[in-house]
Amino acid sequence: MVIDCKHVWHYISEYLDGALPDETRDTVQKHLDHCEICSAILDSMRNVIILTADDRVFELPVGFSERLHTRIDREFMRMAP
Amino acid sequence: MKVPQISNRTEAELIAAVLGGEIQLYHELIQPYERSVYVMALSYVKNEADAEDAAQETFVRAFRKLSSFRAESKFSTWLMSITINEARTRLRRQALIRMEPLDQLPDENMSISPALLRDWREIPSEVLEREEVRNLILRAVEQLPDIYRQVFLLRDVEELTVSETAETLNISVPSVKVRLHRARLMLQKQLAPQLKTVNRTSKRRWLPWS
Repeated sequence: MVIDCKHVWHYISEYLDGALPDETRDTVQKHLDHCEICSAILDSMRNVIILTADDRVFELPVGFSERLHTRIDREFMRMAP
Repeated sequence: MKVPQISNRTEAELIAAVLGGEIQLYHELIQPYERSVYVMALSYVKNEADAEDAAQETFVRAFRKLSSFRAESKFSTWLMSITINEARTRLRRQALIRMEPLDQLPDENMSISPALLRDWREIPSEVLEREEVRNLILRAVEQLPDIYRQVFLLRDVEELTVSETAETLNISVPSVKVRLHRARLMLQKQLAPQLKTVNRTSKRRWLPWS
């Protein structure tokens, strides 16, 4: 089976997750082998996900932990008889 | 602040110990989840101070109701549900004050096309050392419709499985897949062209005349 680019885009996320059924995955793979646009879309999507998931992107505010644990200690003291 | 003593106990043992009265161990129990809870809260309330407040409240509430935690779900999933509840409560309160409608639902049938590129050269994670790049990414995630952002953060940033994500958000597995797909497409569409430029300028900086 041959599929066009738009169909490939539909499967791209599950392809990345390795969640496609074998047959669909092979079809997508065959398309990717010869379509540089879809390959570039796939690679850039993977790249974007990796960068976004990097610990440096979503940083905790400075002093977050200290303030959190102080708050919890206050809660402990409040419960203490 | 006290330096937490790491006791090498498993999570289940820690929970049992806290419930058994060794409440100080709660500090250690929650340490691995500080960031996840904060990020999740931030994805709802969208400003750092409110997110921090919501995160603190989440951990306090989780402590108070720890005895209702059931071992059949994961502690992380349980914590995430509390976080989401806490964040939603806050939003509702704010919306009442501001009279703003809560999340507008995106049109699930509208098709999203990715950014078309002819070639993609891997962008190394060193670009994240630059604040402007981190901000580009943060802004793109922030602009996602709420229901896509939540799924994306749990799946791709917090690395929950599809079924854990479904359980946490109380939605179906197929919904998780569709929303994740759409979130990723939107991010690729927005970020791929921007990051390409960023990567180019970062190389140029090393040339002698710049």
